[in-house]
Amino acid sequence: MSYRDGARRIWPIGVAAFAFGVSFGLLARTAGLGPLAPIVMSLTTFAGSAQFAAASILGEHGGAAAAIAAAVLLNARYGPIGISVAPGFRGGRLRRLLESQLVVDESWAVSVGRGAFDVRVLLGAGLVLYLAWNAGTAVGVFGGGFLGSPARLGLDEAFPALFLALLVPQLGTSRARSAASLAALIAFVLIPFVPPGVPIVAASAACLLGLPR
Amino acid sequence: MTTIWIVVGVVGAATIAIKALGPVVLGGRKLPPRIDGVVVLLAPALLAALVVTQAVAGDRRYVFDARLVGLAAAAVSIRLRAPLLVTLVVAAGATALVRAV
Repeated sequence: MSYRDGARRIWPIGVAAFAFGVSFGLLARTAGLGPLAPIVMSLTTFAGSAQFAAASILGEHGGAAAAIAAAVLLNARYGPIGISVAPGFRGGRLRRLLESQLVVDESWAVSVGRGAFDVRVLLGAGLVLYLAWNAGTAVGVFGGGFLGSPARLGLDEAFPALFLALLVPQLGTSRARSAASLAALIAFVLIPFVPPGVPIVAASAACLLGLPR
Repeated sequence: MTTIWIVVGVVGAATIAIKALGPVVLGGRKLPPRIDGVVVLLAPALLAALVVTQAVAGDRRYVFDARLVGLAAAAVSIRLRAPLLVTLVVAAGATALVRAV
């Protein structure tokens, strides 16, 4: 397993990430964020759904507090996600801090999806996504309407399909199946009652089924 | 203009901190077996939650649309043990097809 394996596994998703980066750049521009802020945001935040949420709230003059709260809630899942892969990280604190920034849903999912977790797969995949997302943002900001909407191309469907494809090999044990079912149920039930992002964080509580009995 | 930069700065700093939390605090350490049993279930739990929210969640409401057709097509493709890329193309294609008609 190596960085290259991660890059190889992720490239189809990299295409979708680029297209979404373009739409983020376009949306942020339309929402009045100017050219520089969306680019800086993609470089530092690197988390699609949170960036979309923050940009659209700013575009509707929702205020800084609302935009920050929505984005932070959407990114709270990276707490448990980071903990799940933490033992695999190597090196000093600064290196771990920098490398942890390449953790996004998709890079994490392809690295835990098959067999033993290897941090190099996560980093290789994360780097491809980081470049695709930021290149896409820049293209979108500087007027890239040519790609059309990712929704029209069905590209938005690549994400749930990816997570489903990576979930299935995880369901080998009955505990894993129970945890996945409970998590799906928690997330589903909470959708109408809490802001986006919270159902995912709450669903991670299903992992407590793994406590020794 | 300042509002925008406050949001960009705070969201960026918060996200960096959230992502770094696990790897910086717990990185490189073997977890105690009690905790390990819980952490191995994080992946199936979070992936299942991501599938559900990506498929049917809107802003505090359910949205049942062409995404479900794409997800069903993906499920069939996974069942037939198709490679990941094929599954993604099938899902995107099925969704685009439903949206086009």
